[in-house]
Amino acid sequence: MGTMVSRLWGWIDARMPTLAEQFKIHASEYYAPKNFNFWYFFGSLALMVLVVQIVSGIFLTMNYKPDAALAFGSVEYIMRDVPAGWFIRYVHSTGASAFFIVVYLHMFRGLLYGSYKEPRELVWIFGVLIYLTLMGEAFFGYLLPWGQMSYWGAQVIVNLFGTVPFIGPDLALWIRGDYVVSDATLNRFFALHVIAFPLVLLGLVVAHLLALHDVGSNNPDGVEIKKHKGPDGRPLDGIAFHPYYTVKDLVGVVVFLVIFCAVLFFVPEMGGYFLEANNFIPADPLKTPEHIAPVWYFTPYYSILRAVPPLFASQFPGVVAMGVAVMILFFLPWLDRSPVKSIRYRGAYYKTALAVFIAVFFVLGYLGVKPTTVWGQFGFDAFFLDTKDRATWVARLCTILYFAFFFLMPWYTARDAVKPVPERVTV
Amino acid sequence: MSDQEKVDKTRRNLVVATSVVGGAATVGVALPFAASMLPSEKAKAAGAPVEVDLTRIAAGELAVIEWRGKPVWVIHRTKEMLESLKAATPRLVDPESKSSKQPDYAKNDVRSENPEWMVMEGVCTHLGCSPQLRPAEAKAEMGADWVGGFYCPCHGSKFDLAGRVFRGAPAPTNLVVPPYTLSETKLVIGEDKEKKGA
Repeated sequence: MGTMVSRLWGWIDARMPTLAEQFKIHASEYYAPKNFNFWYFFGSLALMVLVVQIVSGIFLTMNYKPDAALAFGSVEYIMRDVPAGWFIRYVHSTGASAFFIVVYLHMFRGLLYGSYKEPRELVWIFGVLIYLTLMGEAFFGYLLPWGQMSYWGAQVIVNLFGTVPFIGPDLALWIRGDYVVSDATLNRFFALHVIAFPLVLLGLVVAHLLALHDVGSNNPDGVEIKKHKGPDGRPLDGIAFHPYYTVKDLVGVVVFLVIFCAVLFFVPEMGGYFLEANNFIPADPLKTPEHIAPVWYFTPYYSILRAVPPLFASQFPGVVAMGVAVMILFFLPWLDRSPVKSIRYRGAYYKTALAVFIAVFFVLGYLGVKPTTVWGQFGFDAFFLDTKDRATWVARLCTILYFAFFFLMPWYTARDAVKPVPERVTV
Repeated sequence: MSDQEKVDKTRRNLVVATSVVGGAATVGVALPFAASMLPSEKAKAAGAPVEVDLTRIAAGELAVIEWRGKPVWVIHRTKEMLESLKAATPRLVDPESKSSKQPDYAKNDVRSENPEWMVMEGVCTHLGCSPQLRPAEAKAEMGADWVGGFYCPCHGSKFDLAGRVFRGAPAPTNLVVPPYTLSETKLVIGEDKEKKGA
């Protein structure tokens, strides 16, 4: 048996040596720093969630009908009549939220340890592109159940494009394929969700990994392990990704799956955050639900959109602010002028700025799921108070702080009192 | 490669010319694909005027009528409702509807041909959600200074009972008034007296 397998492998290897070579380059002889900590689980977890989404998605398409008259019913059919259909659908809906949790933690790791800094700018840019594609993928997918939140969420987001000066209305019409969100919109979003965007996503993930493996992984100390190589040419502080990190990441996978399954089997709707109650009502183009909020992973940006008042009789500035809030991530490698990468050796300025940024991100996210009256109104009148809702003013302050984190970064990172960085990684 | 003089200019020009032609062909082929995403002839054909029987809408009531897939509100305004418009005026973005969309016969301080009958698209001018009626009694939710009107659940824009937008929220202009024809007991949405089928 053993010889059969090795002979078969020998037969393949003789004809396609690329396979063994690539395995060496990307796994068994890819040397990753030996000091990876908790924050380094989320890259491989994101890859696993992507696979989970693709597999569960394939099985959902076997019963789903991309037709405005049939879509809502077909999802209910999957939930009630298809054997284990509920399981597959909940895997997919929980997976969507899990994807964003994992990706947000993965991005936060980048902020902590300066993983976007030279020479990893391209790794970061591909990562931001993945994040953008993921947002599109999630948005298209959310329309498919054709519930009330699907419908009105799509209405709002397509209209975001409609606010672009001059070409906006035609652009929105082209995206919808109709004068309102309709069957045509549902049908094309299905096409984009199940084939176009997943292909782009896979391509970007490959680019992200190839770019990473060319320059090598960063680490919690932010030192370059390639600077100190042994006589065999291997980094002294590096260990082979396979088997060391494949095994370590498996532990992360197990812990992740325990949490994932707990949500999947006990709270698949997550109290309305993963699946919103209003989406169990069929889409009604004549009535927006009483309380509407996007799914949690978009709420920080939604808060920014809502906080910016219209200027020059146009809502476009709010839309621009929301767009810039995401796009600014592309420029992070050049905004950060600090000589050190890791938070461990940064000074008080960056540490404070990052802490404020994270707090602001959470506050904006929280306010995004609540109405603007959640904290009541100011009891007095003043000429500058265009609205008396306290929460809107808090959101405006947070929006300013959000942008300050990025726009003031060249200033505060260059002046920060950094600590000396060690030559080798610390364990 | 380093020997620049050895580049065959004719060949290079041919490569450039071929690339340009290939690029143009790619754009040409992309066009029909992009065009296929525009509204179909069937979608364009939908959108005939809609008739509404006004005798079925009591004073103070709001009826939601579907026109071109959009909600159109028909409100039978009472005296108190019309009074509330005056109270709202100082807090509006565009009280005279200068930068808002409406037919000429609705470009006045009550935004309608007949003050009693308010007709407007129930589509927020911010990002297209449908606002909800919040009567003057909803002060607990809408704040002590609320005079009655509409609240958009998506991004918090507020409008008065003539669809005029309040300051301090993201909607930039008043709600759109569609073309309509009003008679004693009948309303036709989507058709003007002056301009048939406008």
